[in-house]
Amino acid sequence: MLDLKEKTKQYSTRLGDDSLILGHRISEWTSNGPFLEEDIALGNVALDYIGRARMFYTYAADLAGNGKTEDDLAYLRSEREFQNYLINELPRGDFAFTMVRQLFVDVFFSYYLKALTNSNDTELAAIATKSLKETRYHLRRSRDWTLRLGLGTDESKARMTKALAEIWGYVHELFEPDELELELIACGIAVDTREIKDNWFADIGAILSEADLAIPDAEWAVRGGRKGYHTEHLSMLLSVMQSVHRAHPGANW
Amino acid sequence: MSLENLELFEVFVRSSRGLDHKHVGSLHAEDAEHALDYARDCYTRRSEGISIWVVKSADICSSQEDDAPEFFDPSDDKPYRHATYYPLPKEVGNM
Repeated sequence: MLDLKEKTKQYSTRLGDDSLILGHRISEWTSNGPFLEEDIALGNVALDYIGRARMFYTYAADLAGNGKTEDDLAYLRSEREFQNYLINELPRGDFAFTMVRQLFVDVFFSYYLKALTNSNDTELAAIATKSLKETRYHLRRSRDWTLRLGLGTDESKARMTKALAEIWGYVHELFEPDELELELIACGIAVDTREIKDNWFADIGAILSEADLAIPDAEWAVRGGRKGYHTEHLSMLLSVMQSVHRAHPGANW
Repeated sequence: MSLENLELFEVFVRSSRGLDHKHVGSLHAEDAEHALDYARDCYTRRSEGISIWVVKSADICSSQEDDAPEFFDPSDDKPYRHATYYPLPKEVGNM
């Protein structure tokens, strides 16, 4: 039986995993954006997520109290040790794919972080308060792009429709807390995503409908991120992201 | 997306201490709302501002270099338009 501190450490680590992996994926747009202004805007969002990962990891490292740091958590763990939701590790795809994922994640975080601000764990609540403002801006962007692309050209609409179909099966695990989260929900520390689900579906339905896009009727669902079971994409992401740190352990800037 | 679908906007930012908006640069965007978001991302990343204006570059009517002789030279020989041209009577003292 793990004590509460250990469980909170694991919870903060997986929240860090979500932010780091998504932040890295968005950062892959740097110098590849559709035009300069959007390139910079995406870079800002990536940095928001990586900064958020640092806060969650630093807190997890403090709780561990074994001398390990945020860098150990980010750069020296293997694929099976990461517990991010799978939606965050999917390759960036085209711009429509990236924006659909952002829309899904931004709506999710807008409710998740708001709930986390009420956590009994004051550190997690403080991180959530800081992050919520960023997420509100991210959502403004992803909602705006969803409307532009959905109501844009035949090409942009077709790409959005394809992206929606490809990502839809990855949203279900967002609303299925595992054992660790259920225990922390009972302690008033973790967010119960089952309570977010209806709001998420309602908001996404409304935005997609305004963008003249349909919610996919796909029945498939992929799960496993919180258990450390990942798509084949995560190991490649990690090998790139961790390569410098592993090649030069302990190097300082 | 290519730039031909986008318009050019001029960006004006008011800093927290500034009283007026100052021109800081330009950017491409699809419309004004879009430009406002990009202005936030491109020009206020280091806490430079608390208020942003964006204006379509095409909507700005500007003086041309060719107009300079007619526009600006005539004021060069009219020093009486400057307050410093007028000597103050002693009785006024320091204004």
